[in-house]
Amino acid sequence: MSEWNQSSVDEVPMRGSESQKADETFAMGIALPDGEIPVYEHDETLHDKPENQWLEMWRSLRANRAALVSLVFITALVVIAVIGPYITPYNPIETEMSNALKPPSAEHWFGTDQLGMDIFSRVIAGTRVSLTVGLLAVSIALTTGIILGAIAGYAGGWVDTVIMRLMDMMLAVPSILLAITLMAALGKGIDKAVIAIGLVSIPEYARIVRGNILSIKENDYIAAAHVVGLSDARIIFRHVLPNALSVIIVRATLGISSAILDTAALGFLGLGVQPPQPEWGDMLGRARGFIFQAPHTLLYPGMAITATVLAFNLLGDGLRDALDPRARIK
Amino acid sequence: MTEPLISLRHLSKHFTMDRDLLGRTTSVLKAVDDLSLDIFPGETFGLVGESGCGKTTVGKLLVDLYTPTAGEIVYGGVDLAKLRPQERRRYCRDIQLIFQDPYASLNPRMPVGDIIAEPIRVNRLQPAEKIDDRVGYLLNAVGLSANYRNRFPHEFSGGQRQRVGIARALAMEPKLIVCDEPVSALDVSIQAQVLNLLDDLSEEFGLTYLFIAHGLNVVKHISDRVGVMYLGKLVEVAPKRELYSNPLHPYTKALLSAIPVTNPALRTERILLEGDVTSPIDPKPGCRFASRCYAKSDCVGCDCDVEMPPLREVSPGHLVACYLHPGD
Repeated sequence: MSEWNQSSVDEVPMRGSESQKADETFAMGIALPDGEIPVYEHDETLHDKPENQWLEMWRSLRANRAALVSLVFITALVVIAVIGPYITPYNPIETEMSNALKPPSAEHWFGTDQLGMDIFSRVIAGTRVSLTVGLLAVSIALTTGIILGAIAGYAGGWVDTVIMRLMDMMLAVPSILLAITLMAALGKGIDKAVIAIGLVSIPEYARIVRGNILSIKENDYIAAAHVVGLSDARIIFRHVLPNALSVIIVRATLGISSAILDTAALGFLGLGVQPPQPEWGDMLGRARGFIFQAPHTLLYPGMAITATVLAFNLLGDGLRDALDPRARIK
Repeated sequence: MTEPLISLRHLSKHFTMDRDLLGRTTSVLKAVDDLSLDIFPGETFGLVGESGCGKTTVGKLLVDLYTPTAGEIVYGGVDLAKLRPQERRRYCRDIQLIFQDPYASLNPRMPVGDIIAEPIRVNRLQPAEKIDDRVGYLLNAVGLSANYRNRFPHEFSGGQRQRVGIARALAMEPKLIVCDEPVSALDVSIQAQVLNLLDDLSEEFGLTYLFIAHGLNVVKHISDRVGVMYLGKLVEVAPKRELYSNPLHPYTKALLSAIPVTNPALRTERILLEGDVTSPIDPKPGCRFASRCYAKSDCVGCDCDVEMPPLREVSPGHLVACYLHPGD
């Protein structure tokens, strides 16, 4: 049985050149580099990366034109939401029946609606409601959804079953119907609309977060984190959630737009903002009978909704890339 | 003989595959079955066997990623399996793991400096102001520039990532490192570099390795002793030279004959094993290797199909589980 320890012809230079070493290494069938382990000298062309992660992210976001434009637009919306009521050319809740359904003109840029209210003023004043509702509803849904989804995904077992079956039950009812039911129980009003929209969108977030965590949890780097003795909380917050972050952020920005749409839908149904307070969806709902006589009454609030939703979606896309070190635009 | 650093005693890990309506287990996968093994300080123990033989499970049992079904892992005089989680964590710090896949074992969203610093920080192994120096030192120790600390894993090659994984394990100041096929995902030329690195580190840091591999060729370079596993059982353990010059178990012989030989004059007949690996789910009694054993007919009157032969010492340090070599 001596075949196995006999040395063979081997012209490859080897570390530890004694024949004994050669004997041991030949069986590997691979060439060993001679000398020491290659030392990776500091390469002058590869400079240190800036420490600041946020700076890197900002650079990448800036390079994405659509995201940048969206960010500017959303910033403008926020400014309008804050100072809106002070800059409207007319009082947005003042009716003037003699001046109803006027097309856009120099006095009324977006025309007037069926009650003679200035649409431009109303669209500006409505920004605050739409943005607040969007952000608040998403915050409610996001925090609850992330916590529930993370627990379900990470813990597994019966905890997972209980949480997810509850979510399935909520998903079984169409969300707008569930929101209307909640509104019926809570009463009319914008604050209740926020709560209703927030609650009904929890399952979407919980499901997405759970699904992501299930797949991330299987990675070796999570096992590695266990081996080096990290606590479960630290593993969730430092290793699991950051890797689910891009999906969560994209979903949240899309969520803001769908919350804005839901508010509009509730407003359209007369359940959200109560007249005469201006709100985009409510404006659409009340003007829908005049779509052929005076299309501008629907056009401008509709455009406001579309542009806002689009901006949030594009920003979400940009953020996803910026947050992923691998996809960053260099 | 010196005291073993770590002893596995009758260690088993069974996975439940199926339960009946009452929740009783009806089908069991015996990934590791009654395995006993001593690893001595400073040595490199090579553990080989084909895919699915349970070698990775042994590694995961050692680093507390799995809880043993039965048996003991004795380290520092205590049985790790019986400790409470808090205490176990303190002991398990000394046992670290290097993963097979360098692409999956590093968090893609963490700079490598943080990946290495985190274990030090969380376990308070160094005072806060010294962590940076330590990370730089570890990066240099594995052959990477300390300037790379702010880079992300995706900016490295497979071999470099594996070096980062090694640095993370070293950060814990371990006594024993379980290397779970650390080079099988790497290019052949890089394999040698990483093996040499591991070899150098064992001297520098006084490490003991449990080196898991699926073939005998890689293990031959680095190991002091080699254990051959087949379907959850150790079938042969011997010092490296002894195992390679005088393999006794038919399975070891077959594995050795599968190593490619560069010199045509030295090529020997390859032993081809017939049939597939027997399933580790609900194994039949008898020798696990019996269904594929080409030497079974040589052993007249043996209990190959009745009972698994025990691991017996046939010469000093050479243990084999085969009725053909009853030992003593």
